[in-house]
Amino acid sequence: MSEFSVIGKRMPRVDAREKVTGEAKYAADYSLPGMLWCKLLRSPYPHARILNIDTSKAEKLAGVKAVITGKDFGGWTWGWMPATRDEPPLAVDKVRYMAEAVAGIAAIDEDTAEEACELVKVNYEELPGVFDPEAAMKEGAPKVHDYVKNNISVEYHWNFGDVEKAFAESYIVREDSFRTARATHGYLEPPAILAYYDPTGYITVWAAKQSPYFHYRHLAACFKLPLSKIRVIQPFIGGGFGGTKNDSLAGDFCAVLLSKMTGKPVKYVESMEEELTTSRRRHNLIVYSKMGVKKDGALTAIQHRVIADGGGYTAIGPLSLYLAGFATTLPYKLPNFKYDGYRVFTNNPIGAAMRGHGITHSRFAAEIQMEMIAEELGIDPVEMRMRNAIDNPKPGTIYETINKVSLKTCGMKEAIQKVTEDPVWRDRGKMPRKEGNISWGVGLSATSYLGGARQMGHQSCAAIVRVCEDGTVNLITGATDCGQGSDTVLCMIAAEELGVKLGDITIKRVDSAYTPVDPGSYGSRVTILAGQATQKAAGEAKKQLLEAAAKTWQVKPEDVEIKDGEVFVKSDPAKSMPFSRLARIACYSGTGAVILGTGYSSYGVEPLDLNTGIGNGGTSYSFTAQSARVGVDTETGKITVTDFTIASDCGRLLSPITAEGQIEGGSVQGLGQTLYEDFMMDRGKTLNPTFLDYKMPLAMDVPNIKLIDIETNDPDGPFGAKEASEGSIVSSPPAIVSALHDAVGVWFKELPVTPEKVVKALKEKVRRHT
Amino acid sequence: MKQIKLTVNGKLYELSVPPWETLVEVIRDDLGLTGTKEGCGLGECGACTVIMEGKAVNSCLVLATEADGKQITTIEGLADGDKLHPIQQAFVDHGGFQCGFCTPGMIMSAKALLDKNPTPSEEEIRRGIAGNLCRCTGYTKIIESIKAAAKNMEGK
Repeated sequence: MSEFSVIGKRMPRVDAREKVTGEAKYAADYSLPGMLWCKLLRSPYPHARILNIDTSKAEKLAGVKAVITGKDFGGWTWGWMPATRDEPPLAVDKVRYMAEAVAGIAAIDEDTAEEACELVKVNYEELPGVFDPEAAMKEGAPKVHDYVKNNISVEYHWNFGDVEKAFAESYIVREDSFRTARATHGYLEPPAILAYYDPTGYITVWAAKQSPYFHYRHLAACFKLPLSKIRVIQPFIGGGFGGTKNDSLAGDFCAVLLSKMTGKPVKYVESMEEELTTSRRRHNLIVYSKMGVKKDGALTAIQHRVIADGGGYTAIGPLSLYLAGFATTLPYKLPNFKYDGYRVFTNNPIGAAMRGHGITHSRFAAEIQMEMIAEELGIDPVEMRMRNAIDNPKPGTIYETINKVSLKTCGMKEAIQKVTEDPVWRDRGKMPRKEGNISWGVGLSATSYLGGARQMGHQSCAAIVRVCEDGTVNLITGATDCGQGSDTVLCMIAAEELGVKLGDITIKRVDSAYTPVDPGSYGSRVTILAGQATQKAAGEAKKQLLEAAAKTWQVKPEDVEIKDGEVFVKSDPAKSMPFSRLARIACYSGTGAVILGTGYSSYGVEPLDLNTGIGNGGTSYSFTAQSARVGVDTETGKITVTDFTIASDCGRLLSPITAEGQIEGGSVQGLGQTLYEDFMMDRGKTLNPTFLDYKMPLAMDVPNIKLIDIETNDPDGPFGAKEASEGSIVSSPPAIVSALHDAVGVWFKELPVTPEKVVKALKEKVRRHT
Repeated sequence: MKQIKLTVNGKLYELSVPPWETLVEVIRDDLGLTGTKEGCGLGECGACTVIMEGKAVNSCLVLATEADGKQITTIEGLADGDKLHPIQQAFVDHGGFQCGFCTPGMIMSAKALLDKNPTPSEEEIRRGIAGNLCRCTGYTKIIESIKAAAKNMEGK
């Protein structure tokens, strides 16, 4: 029997009912009486000086209540770090990417606001643009920002060990370049906000934010108000995946300022076209990878030179570039590592965070390159991985990488073993290789991702557990469930720790007036950090309850147990009462006591060292091995993916249904960015800003997915949990590309691998062999 | 302005609408039924799917005037009081949702499918929801949920 009553059980999510009935309210579902609508005017140029803006005609249109331009924000700018606050809410003197917002309108309805946008006249002086990050780094390229040299927004140069010596002593050294796509989050809920600037000087917003406390700080800074006067109320969030909904957007600042000017609530809902032309999408990266290996297949060194297209502003770019480097020393033993990363300003939309942040690119490059080397050496791809994979550290010991990333658990080898014992890999030789035009192949990957991201100066993460007198419980945290299921996981942790049923816990969504501050939902940090805070808070509330029970029964608190909603004396289980009774006794004890437990997370507080790349990016690390079976139509280039088998070491699985959904969803998002997803750009213009042209996987495209749980019990996580949300978006691309090679004998080094690229590569292959 | 009458979840509404107003706007803004979501507004994502005269339609592509005289079911019309519709219950039990934004449309497409074909194959289920994007789940648990719903509804 499991030692747990709630943890590890297949329980429905706590938000299930609201979501299947349509009762769950998202930002755009909120309205207030007298509400105005905001629309933005966006730039038709990717790079242009703003000479003059004439808003007079728009102001005169019936139904228009206010018009604002960049100057109305008084020169305020924001960014992820103090040194990179380079972005104004609305462009002031120049626009740096196409569709950057230049003016905001508040009107009585959406149509009027849109019409008024067309009446705002902006005189631009078009400037030469730069769209290729490598061209942007060259001397004399058009300057996107004046405060940096050669458009280099962020750069890191790390050197661990001695790569030159290692390459010289290697049996084989390969150099390849890899490119990843311009992919975006693709949530279906466009960014939205309802804002009210109360005339007495309070701001209240209902906004689609996966990290609402970023927004809370941005609003306080922008409007020069104390944080205590900023109230961010969290609606349900229709998907996040990093980037856009982690940050504040032009529409947010405009809605608040327009509300301040008009005294009315203002609502802003982005159109999907605006979202797809301006989203803070994944950076597309060029990875120049050099890898050295001994004759027996042991890795000697990796040198990565990475160029990231940063677009017009810095946003969270310093973190993106850090993540693309620091985890290259996982999941294989790597004695020497050199990293030169450049994030470069261009006149493209802003590059930012997306699920699998940073790591998905560099791991794709390294994983494929290692398999290319295995092929050259004639080493079996499984053997190659097993020879290099980091071993699971013995309990109580720590494995440290060359850049001092520390692991207490590592299920990599077990995951590789389990995936290769599964029929998709094991029986690949028995399956047909060719059927008509279809060539079949099976591929493999082994990857890692961080959980419990470390912070940059805003570590606070707390939980409050309030036991009501009827035995029900309010769980209050600053964490945000943007769809991943963290509310369920946190409630399960609280229920397990308190000894009550899951249904007795109600979790409150963020309301910054009442909930404790929290960094946000990114870097797979919620389960680990807010989970630890919740466990501690529940433990503290339980302690108070145990004391009340002990007093009632005249025993010691440690003699009392609470399990499954029952309270009893361990040595005399006949002495028992329901939890609800104990709650009443404790609350009515006559002491005036309120049963309130608080706790905060102790994880993730060691600051990130971006400039040296030394130390942990996460609290713990997940490990994923994946196989993929693909069929390639050699005539048309069409690729069908039929099977994924994914073995994940997520530590202890707290909520299996939730974790499975994360792993499945991540792997399919990974499939999309491997095979279809890419913004087509022409001199800064997005040519495919619709879901018809920016192709994401449909139900018809999804393979049969089999999951295998590799259980480790990490000391740094509530009940031993690690992350489950991002590992599979890192493991999918190399698994699919490895399978494509198995199918058609070509190594694809540029994502997405579209049918055109397949056909071209096959023709090239024929040409070379004839 | 045009006068229209439409029946939504069994209730008759008489409304005066501008000729360019879409059905999703009527449902969300005029009737206040915000369970139906608007994602792309272009008929590409399926979040606004409702059932009109027995067929799943993207309500952002239907003009309000085209819905005149029609019977429409939205997500709010499925549960029987506190008792969830078997499809809703299956989505709850099998985790067929994550952020929940595509869920109302997805469930309406599933209902239109099962109303016509109570015992669909997996291929038919996948085809039945091919017009509904979901970015969170990778569809696996949605397909499982619809299979389970079909099984639970057998003979009903």
